[in-house]
Amino acid sequence: MKFHIGTAAVSVLASAVWLGAASAQAQQTVNMPDVVELSGPGAVSGTNWRDGVTLAVDELNAKGGILGRKIVTTHSDTQSNPGISRAQVQKALDGDPYVILGPIFSGSVKVNMVLAQQAEVPQFTGAEAADITQAGNPYIFRTSFGQQASMPKIANYIRDGVKAKSVALVWVNNDFGKGGRDNFAREMAARGIKVTVDISTESGQVDFAADVVKVKSANADAVFVYTNEEESARFLREARKQGIRVPLIGETTLLNQKVIELAGDAANGVRGHVGLSADVPVAAIQAFKDKFIKRFNYSPDHNAIKGYTAVHAIRYVTEKIGKFDRKLLAKTLHGLTITPQMEPGILIETTWDDKGDIDRISFLAEVVDGKQRITQTLPKLGK
Amino acid sequence: MTDLVQLLVAGLATGAIYALVAVGFTLLWQTSQTINFAQGEFVMVPAFFVLAAMKFGGASFPVALLLGLIASLLVLGVLFKKLLVDPMIRHGVLPLVISTIALALFLKEGVKEFYAADAQPFPALWATTNITVVGAVIALQNLVIIGVAIAAIAALQWFLAATRTGRSMQATAQNPLLARILGIRVERMILYTFLINAGLVALASVLISPIYLAKFSNGETLGLVAFIAAIVGGFNQVRGAIAGGLLLGVLDNLVAAYVSTQYRGAIPLFLLIAVILFRPQGLLGRAEERSV
Repeated sequence: MKFHIGTAAVSVLASAVWLGAASAQAQQTVNMPDVVELSGPGAVSGTNWRDGVTLAVDELNAKGGILGRKIVTTHSDTQSNPGISRAQVQKALDGDPYVILGPIFSGSVKVNMVLAQQAEVPQFTGAEAADITQAGNPYIFRTSFGQQASMPKIANYIRDGVKAKSVALVWVNNDFGKGGRDNFAREMAARGIKVTVDISTESGQVDFAADVVKVKSANADAVFVYTNEEESARFLREARKQGIRVPLIGETTLLNQKVIELAGDAANGVRGHVGLSADVPVAAIQAFKDKFIKRFNYSPDHNAIKGYTAVHAIRYVTEKIGKFDRKLLAKTLHGLTITPQMEPGILIETTWDDKGDIDRISFLAEVVDGKQRITQTLPKLGK
Repeated sequence: MTDLVQLLVAGLATGAIYALVAVGFTLLWQTSQTINFAQGEFVMVPAFFVLAAMKFGGASFPVALLLGLIASLLVLGVLFKKLLVDPMIRHGVLPLVISTIALALFLKEGVKEFYAADAQPFPALWATTNITVVGAVIALQNLVIIGVAIAAIAALQWFLAATRTGRSMQATAQNPLLARILGIRVERMILYTFLINAGLVALASVLISPIYLAKFSNGETLGLVAFIAAIVGGFNQVRGAIAGGLLLGVLDNLVAAYVSTQYRGAIPLFLLIAVILFRPQGLLGRAEERSV
């Protein structure tokens, strides 16, 4: 075989040009991968989050991106499986990201946040398990309340609003549910409210007949349900089928738009605390909801708002510090309050503390005629 | 006591659906030596035929049900037989079994990819009201499910025993060679079996989807439980499949309520092991002998 020097030279030159172009292209973009639940029990949450992120990214790219760089986001499916989420985060880290978005399921976050921490990459998660921000990770940031913030609020409502002396507790047996159950039980004990029955259910469970019978037998003044979206809908349907009459109370998930859609009439009368909702009487959130429906043809839930606000928060802090510096982003965000005047995409004034937990106003709500109706606004926990 | 009554009724309702699916399993095995590991997905798919007819075709729910049934008979009956079973059965039972496992994955991922990954609400055919019997609040939904399943299985039994076609199908199941010699159109009888199975799974789908919600992953649990029900009851007897389904439904609920929710999934497996060890023909099955 003859060795054509000319062909070799052209090949080397072409490679150099291609590599140069790719490098220049990379410098014109910022990589923000999204690792989230797009199938499995978390699909409802993850799909909303993904679409919230997509809306925010497209909005920002239409305005020139962040510091002149277009945002590049790929959405990877964790399949609601912690092991797969870890692999997806590792794959995302291999692409030298600026930040990582997601996941939402607490079990997955606990497994994969170690990788992001080791790589010193800020991670914005939708997870709510209390211990996620207790592990001393300076790179983890929530986009919704942790359970240590939401459970005192719902406990106060059960004591003062519902005036219940006893409560039946139904929770999902995963990291999200266990953390919620532990925090809720502690708050009930602190207020002298008896937990008459403590029922664990499985993630992905479809049959709740036995669980509802156990709840009925407990004769509690109220029922607190803390499961994921699809399971919540199935539980509500079964509870309605078996004629449960006492108040059914939840924390954000139980009053979620998707749960209301799936449960139908069975969701009417459900009450609880919502940290975030597309139905709150805040003009910015209503505008977001309209934009979302127009783009994706369905009503967003709180996970969509989480994804949307995360991207905008990242944009604000990056432009504040004036450069793409992961460590400085994390350091700046700790203790920062972002208002809608400073960054319209944040929708509601939000403060991050030194552990990555957030604080903002929240709401009490009830489901009436298939719609979530806000009944009270609660102030921020901090000042 | 009222709790027990409620649990029994709920368990029988779930068990009735398992029985419908298990009967389909059994019929396919008896007439065509087909073990269909996609049976759970066969229950999942008809719900999405109905939803697709409503969403993309703008059909009303009753019309969508009819369209869903027709699609199920065509796809899960005729096409399944012609495109998968007939080519693979020539190579033996094991290649066919593996093919049905692949089909299960294909159906599951297909629905997830082309329809939705999250659960979808499915309309119910009945009102969500309750009646009180001896102090126990019984959901009308459960009674409807039990009634419909009993009616379907009774109709099937009548068809198999009292009609010429049904008796021909039984003859085909017992001895295909002799049936052929006697002039029975064996291929047609086998096709009828596949159509009956498609009808049974479509019915099970319509009954269970309002409760479980329609989701691409519904077939995983349903298929496994129905398979176990068929084995526990007796794989070579339709009445065994019925008994197995009802037993598992009731046992599942009682264990979840009185023993442990976490271990409810293990009970069918323990029962399967016990039956295989101590009564391999199943509780109501007939011991079969083969000459070697």
